[in-house]
Amino acid sequence: MRYAAGWRSRVALGVPAALALLLLVIPLVALLVRADWARIPSDLATPTVLPALRLSLTTTSVTAVLCLVLGTPLAWFLARSEHRATSWVRALLTVPLVLPPVVGGVALLMAWGRNGVIGQHLAPLGIQIPFTTVAVVLAETFVAMPFYVLAVEGAMRGLDPRLESVARTLGASDLRYLRTVGIPLVLPGIASGLALAWARALGEFGATITFAGNFQGRTQTLPLLVYVELERDPQVAISISIMLLAVSVLVLGVLRGRWLR
Amino acid sequence: MSTGHPRRLLPAAATAAVGGVLAATLAACGTSATPAAGAGSTSLHGTVTVLAAASLTESFDQLAKEFEAANPGVTVATSYGSSATLVQQVDNGAPASVIALAGTAAAAPLDKSMVKDNRTFATNTLEIAVPPSNPGNITSIDDLAKPTVKVVLCADTVPCGKAAQATFTKAHLVPHVVSKEVDVKATLAKVKLGEADAAVVYHSDVVAAKGSVKGIEIAPNLNTSLTYPVITLSDDPAARAFVAYLLSAKGLATVQSFGFGAP
Repeated sequence: MRYAAGWRSRVALGVPAALALLLLVIPLVALLVRADWARIPSDLATPTVLPALRLSLTTTSVTAVLCLVLGTPLAWFLARSEHRATSWVRALLTVPLVLPPVVGGVALLMAWGRNGVIGQHLAPLGIQIPFTTVAVVLAETFVAMPFYVLAVEGAMRGLDPRLESVARTLGASDLRYLRTVGIPLVLPGIASGLALAWARALGEFGATITFAGNFQGRTQTLPLLVYVELERDPQVAISISIMLLAVSVLVLGVLRGRWLR
Repeated sequence: MSTGHPRRLLPAAATAAVGGVLAATLAACGTSATPAAGAGSTSLHGTVTVLAAASLTESFDQLAKEFEAANPGVTVATSYGSSATLVQQVDNGAPASVIALAGTAAAAPLDKSMVKDNRTFATNTLEIAVPPSNPGNITSIDDLAKPTVKVVLCADTVPCGKAAQATFTKAHLVPHVVSKEVDVKATLAKVKLGEADAAVVYHSDVVAAKGSVKGIEIAPNLNTSLTYPVITLSDDPAARAFVAYLLSAKGLATVQSFGFGAP
């Protein structure tokens, strides 16, 4: 009797679980199956790939630095604040996480575009952001920063609050406490937050094509190139996709055990 | 992007009598202005899935409305995108009964085994679109080479991008391009938003934009003209009736009212 019940519940849970896994894994495996492996080296040597790769690497690196420099203090404020407004700020931060990226792109245009809320005041100064590499970085930061801040905030909340009190009684400023005690202790959280934000920035498509446009060497990142190549030569698009897949797997592999316990 | 599944709900007898159905449909399509030559109620049912080039957005929306009004049993599900994307989708199994493309060349990668019928129905030419205030002071195609002007084109992989390249080659011009968009409507949008000073789009897009952009003509000797094919991919009588309506005098007039030329 008990054995039968156990068997039944195992099927009831195991079948949907296996289906869930298959839904996620099949497309990735299909990408590998459909790839013409012998062609990958020559595909990746297509003249459009190198500029896109270079642009993707530089913009995602700048995005990671922006997350680190601006996002860490924000994470710290969120982690220590008991104020009622904090939960609202945190909720606001998650909006870009769930927003369709193309909507993010439209919002960025409304803010930084030539006729945008801020952009219209920048235009007379000769500063125009759309269609520039700066726009790519802004789009990537918009989608990636929340990942970083939430990851680091979580790590900071895990710190023993007595450490900060002790540091304060010893006369340390907030900045000094963070530099000497806080940040070194949450370094693993910062590292995984950075990797996550970087990977999200690398995959950014919707906000970039809407806000920054698509121009080789300036705003055409790898995901944009995949989209355009799919119409010219699908096999090249598959090869670039496999390269991006490999990078994602690599990043997650490094994170395994640290963030994905 | 595809929006529905074409369904065939027609009795086999009617399928055999496609010719008769077509005639009835065509007659029924006429509004009160057209003499209704003995048009009874048509027996067409189901959904016609039409994939059409982005430049056809407004004209095919109107066409679908007219066709549905004349055939109450039929729903026309339209989906628009760059011709290159649409052909890609059909080759990958997207359910479509009819596909209409910007330029005959765009049909080249289409799986020929699926083609039931292939006709041309319109022509289009290129035009420069600028914001109504014309911030870049564009007066001719030569101005697009100025380094201070932000020009947006269609990507090289889609018909409007290929046509623009051909025109710039003829004009011996290198435009100052800031972005190459995925289809002609995305290209036009950058001008509508005022983010770009100029875009090379189709004449029909400028007409369809109804004053939200200003058109600047490209001289005929530099311009590139495209002939639009409509390809039937299904034996569904409703799909054939839709194509027949498009090719009828009334259908062509609708398309031409959006700035397209006669085939």
